Amino acid sequence: MEKLIEQFSLGLFFWQLLLFVALLFLLRKYAWKPILGAVEKREEGIKDALDAAEAAKKEMQNVTADSEKLLREARLERDALLKEAREIKDSIVSEAKEQAQVEGDKMIKKAQATIESEKKAAVADIKAQVANLSIEIAEKVIKEELSSKGKQQKLVEDMLGDIKLN
Amino acid sequence: MRNSFFSKKLVAVIFLIAGFVSAQNHEGEEVETGAHDLKTQIKEYIDHHLLDSHDFNLYSYTTDEGEHKYIGFPLPVILWDNGLKVFSSSQFEHGENVAEVNGNYYTLYHNKIYKTDAEGTINFGGHHAEEIHEEDAFGENLVVDDAHPTNEKPLDFSITKNVVFIMAVALLMFLVFRSMAKRYQKSTMPRGLGRFLEPLVLFVRDEIAVPNIGEHKHKKYMSYLLTVFFFVWVINLLGLTPLGVNVTNNIAVTFALAMITYLITTFTGNKNYWKHIFWMPGVPVPMKIILAPIELLGTLIKPFSLMIRLYANITAGHIVLMSIIGLMFIFKNWIGSPLSFLLAFALSLLELLVAALQAYIFTMLSALYFGMAVEEDHH
Repeated sequence: MEKLIEQFSLGLFFWQLLLFVALLFLLRKYAWKPILGAVEKREEGIKDALDAAEAAKKEMQNVTADSEKLLREARLERDALLKEAREIKDSIVSEAKEQAQVEGDKMIKKAQATIESEKKAAVADIKAQVANLSIEIAEKVIKEELSSKGKQQKLVEDMLGDIKLN
Repeated sequence: MRNSFFSKKLVAVIFLIAGFVSAQNHEGEEVETGAHDLKTQIKEYIDHHLLDSHDFNLYSYTTDEGEHKYIGFPLPVILWDNGLKVFSSSQFEHGENVAEVNGNYYTLYHNKIYKTDAEGTINFGGHHAEEIHEEDAFGENLVVDDAHPTNEKPLDFSITKNVVFIMAVALLMFLVFRSMAKRYQKSTMPRGLGRFLEPLVLFVRDEIAVPNIGEHKHKKYMSYLLTVFFFVWVINLLGLTPLGVNVTNNIAVTFALAMITYLITTFTGNKNYWKHIFWMPGVPVPMKIILAPIELLGTLIKPFSLMIRLYANITAGHIVLMSIIGLMFIFKNWIGSPLSFLLAFALSLLELLVAALQAYIFTMLSALYFGMAVEEDHH
């Protein structure tokens, strides 16, 4: 200990203190601040870049989710459209069928009516012709029958026989 | 196979060189007087090496005529002795001469400057005189015992070897980190040396400052923590190089560093910190009264331990390393010298680790103390 105190040099202490403090302040101004500043700036830059990358990744995920959602919606919409179209088609077809039925029925009825009336007309015509034919036959028969007196007499008698007074 | 062959060869070469060097030294030291003196000389050399010096010696040697030659350059001596006295350390001629400035005489003794008369007489308290005389016979001013000169000591603010080295390290750090900071203006990616230094800066921030002080409060301490970390590390590392100067083995240097930690802790301490010192919450009142002086003393012991730890680790490392190198001159044979060489090599590697470890520990504990000073009340 005594030797240590003996060895202690005030001059060296003075110079060491002076030089070290001077070095401290010079380095602080010209070296440590710029160096640590640059390092911190770089570290912040790296951190920012990482954060930005993370954000971009998240955004990307969002975009993907969005597009998937859109796609799903579009698919649903398409399905709905197809269903609707099918329904419309079905209804159109069934309506057309119904209408055709009705129309057909109508035509059939009309045809039947025509046929009926034609038939009636034909029957009436046949009746008239039969009547005429009957009259002509009757005329001929009567002419034949009434050509002699005996025969006319007989006829009157027959007819009188038929007509019973009721 | 090839590798191991190569490494074996390398080891053999190292052994040869080490042996050769030691053999060379034997020849040069045959004039020396016996092993005991050699041991003393080595001890003196180590003591001397660890001390601060007023001139920047790269190395010294003794010529055949016994004259000491010093290779290096002198440094300015700045004294405060009733006014500023500035002169070159070459005037001392490595402690062999008396420097004269404006009629005042100064002598270098034991690497300290004393005010003397024109002959450079150093006065000692009585019984030491004999021993000193004996030392003088070596022609060196290296003294083993702790003789205290009674001469007046002027305030010495000299630019010593250590101060020069601190300046060099400060300049180097400033230039390196300034250029590193400038690179960031162009791009936020580190380039060049910054690629090596940035992880260290981040280590101090993420492993030392943030865990100990906290995410929000560490910023204002970052400048100090970074500066002290790199300063201690660089100066420790350079202190291990052959021409480097060992600065952190001076108690004055570690004291200055620990004092700054203490001042920062004290002046940034919040209410909670002081409450824990003077009126510890959660303990009975008598205990509070007992704890207050202990806690107050603790605030001083913490930086004191910082000071001693750094000083002692670095000093011990250097003493052991040099002692092992010194063994080479004592063994003087083909086994001892390579052994000491290998040991010194291994220890140097350990010292590299210690250099970084001590910087880390100093910074870590400083951060811990700052963290205590700004900790919020959790109760």
